[in-house]
Amino acid sequence: MPSSPFEMKASSVLQNEELQHSYRNAMDYLIKRRQQQFNDPLEWQTLRQKGTSIKTAALNDLPQLLLQLEAKLINNGIQVHWAETPDEANILITRLIKETTSSNPDLSPAPVVKGKTMVSEEIHLNQYLAQQGIPCLETDMGEFIVQLAKETPSHIIMPAIHKNKAEIAQLFKEHISGIYQDDVDILIQQARQYLRQCFENATVGISGVNFAVAETGTLVLVENEGNGRMSTTLPQTHIALMGIEKVIASLTDLPPLLSLLTRSATGQSITTYINMISGPRRKGEKDGPEKVHVILLDNGRSKLWQDASLRDTLRCIRCGACMNHCPVYSRVGGHSYGTTYPGPIGKILAPQLETQDNAADLPFASSLCGACGEVCPVNIPIPQLLLRWRQEATQQYQTNHCNHTTIPQQPTPITGLKYSRGQHLIWKTWSWINCHPKLYYFMTYLVTKWRILLPRQLGGWTLYRTPPRPASSTLHQRLKNK
Amino acid sequence: MTTTEHVYLYGTCTIDLFFPEAGIDAITLLEQYNIKAHFPPEQTCCGQPAYTSGYPQQAQQVALTQIAAFPENWPIVVLSGSCAGMMKHHYTHLFPDNHPQSIQAHRFSQRIVEFSEFLYHHLKITLTDYGQPVHAALHTACSARREMDTLQCSQQLLSQLHNVSVVSPAHEEECCGFGGTFSVKFTEISGAMVNDKCKALEATNIQHLISTDCACLLNINGCLAKRQKTPLQGEHLASFLRQRCQPRKP
Ligand code: SF4
Repeated sequence: MPSSPFEMKASSVLQNEELQHSYRNAMDYLIKRRQQQFNDPLEWQTLRQKGTSIKTAALNDLPQLLLQLEAKLINNGIQVHWAETPDEANILITRLIKETTSSNPDLSPAPVVKGKTMVSEEIHLNQYLAQQGIPCLETDMGEFIVQLAKETPSHIIMPAIHKNKAEIAQLFKEHISGIYQDDVDILIQQARQYLRQCFENATVGISGVNFAVAETGTLVLVENEGNGRMSTTLPQTHIALMGIEKVIASLTDLPPLLSLLTRSATGQSITTYINMISGPRRKGEKDGPEKVHVILLDNGRSKLWQDASLRDTLRCIRCGACMNHCPVYSRVGGHSYGTTYPGPIGKILAPQLETQDNAADLPFASSLCGACGEVCPVNIPIPQLLLRWRQEATQQYQTNHCNHTTIPQQPTPITGLKYSRGQHLIWKTWSWINCHPKLYYFMTYLVTKWRILLPRQLGGWTLYRTPPRPASSTLHQRLKNK
Repeated sequence: MTTTEHVYLYGTCTIDLFFPEAGIDAITLLEQYNIKAHFPPEQTCCGQPAYTSGYPQQAQQVALTQIAAFPENWPIVVLSGSCAGMMKHHYTHLFPDNHPQSIQAHRFSQRIVEFSEFLYHHLKITLTDYGQPVHAALHTACSARREMDTLQCSQQLLSQLHNVSVVSPAHEEECCGFGGTFSVKFTEISGAMVNDKCKALEATNIQHLISTDCACLLNINGCLAKRQKTPLQGEHLASFLRQRCQPRKP
């Protein structure tokens, strides 16, 4: 029966037929769109290989590239800040916002506008700003809906994928128009008008960064709604928030990565907007912010980086393809995970990035089917990394409880462990039986001999299946005298 | 072919306990093609359950037992894509380069061949279908599809059977939800997955469900039986091929 928070939430989604249906349809749609983009296996493999080596090389050179990026950004007139923890980033952002607003006392305080950024979700920026009395408005349509509903994104590309039309219409009625209507085009227009006003008044805009080019000091941001461009050009101050792993070496690295990203994410050859930001408004320019700040956030990334195999995780370009193809995600939905990043990538990021109690449980919540690894545009061996985290979880238990001197102390602590001595014993016994062929023969013989006596109910297994029925004799027995 | 070729058969513990006839069928089928399949009684489990549960040391011990059980330098034909994947691709993780048994483990891994791969690539078998016209679906285990890359082998083998029409159920490429301890630990999610798999199978007109992985079949068959919508029960490719390719007595 469900025991962890993850299982409990998953259970309620599994019982919600409508949600099941809409997740499945949405994921099937995205899978199909991606398939149409990559219908030439050779082209896919070549491009994927290229993207993988670009990101791998960038990560191997990470400290150097970050310094180069910093120097180039400063050169371009962009102010660079480093944050190790979410707290540091939040405090920094608050300070930067207050600096801007206090230098404009005549301007009426307007909400900060924010383009879609998962890193801001990671540091829980909206909540933090709210506590400081600073309203922050999401301007991506999906994020906007999620914010109205006081929820968190359930997908990294499609944040409101769990919401149906009626729910959105109801939210818009309550918060914007006062009248219920569920024509999608009209709903979009309503939101656009509302957001446009906010853009005009905003003095600070916050955005994420998809790629940061070290060679030129360019911040690249892809989007489809134009809200990213508005958030980064209209307000006086633009604050860009990025994880340190987003840096790439040169501009020529960009086209293959952009192609992999947009085709994997939404099945588009290219997004409607590709913003390349290389500094604040210069003399004689008609638009653009007066100040641009970049915040480079670590939040556990450098720990992943230090470990040769966990480093692969940092190649992620956040396309979401692994969740779209995941049979677990498409059934339990994004909120069940209780993490910023749901789905397969979330499972391998969470133990390092999150403090949730179930982070240690998540790497186990996979059948290891490999669908995620198969579609990942930067070839992250997600199943292998899930295994690695499973080992971390159990070995940490062994280190803490068994005083096992042969197992090295793990560098990467994970929370929420509930691995008991019982489990440990089971696997020891299992190993012992399987290391002694005669004992194995005897045990399997007993199972076949006493199969009538085997229980009819086997926990959750028999809720969905008849109990497994051993044969009357094993293959070993049948071949014994041959 | 005149000389007899020797291979080892690795039965897998699932087949040992639940589908022993698949092992017998594989041996019989191979015999028809002049292959002598040896079944070392010292074989047990490949170690995968402990490995995927986060217990590599325990898996390593069991792996060593398997390595010792197949002394001759013959190919090891494995009746499951997932166990083959474990022995071919993951033993290298269990025995990294600095491990005293790493060379031995590596050599062992190189001898691993999945059953359909052996028939199709090594034996280059030509099958003759003596059976009645039927509809069948192939369930490829995720590891056969994505790790061993042997999906084409079973597809090609089935396509040689002129009286078998192969049907693709909806979401064919999706996992059946077994995943070893996953199905026990996350019963509801696993249950939802296998239910969907069965619904898709029930929506077809197939009389046969074939797989190269009996662990998936344990899962799917159990669910099909529980749902009681169809008498369909999956069987191992070896069993299906043996039935189809044996000349009927006049
Ligand atoms: S892990 Fe790979 S597939 Fe998943 S979001 Fe990242 S890049 Fe995309």
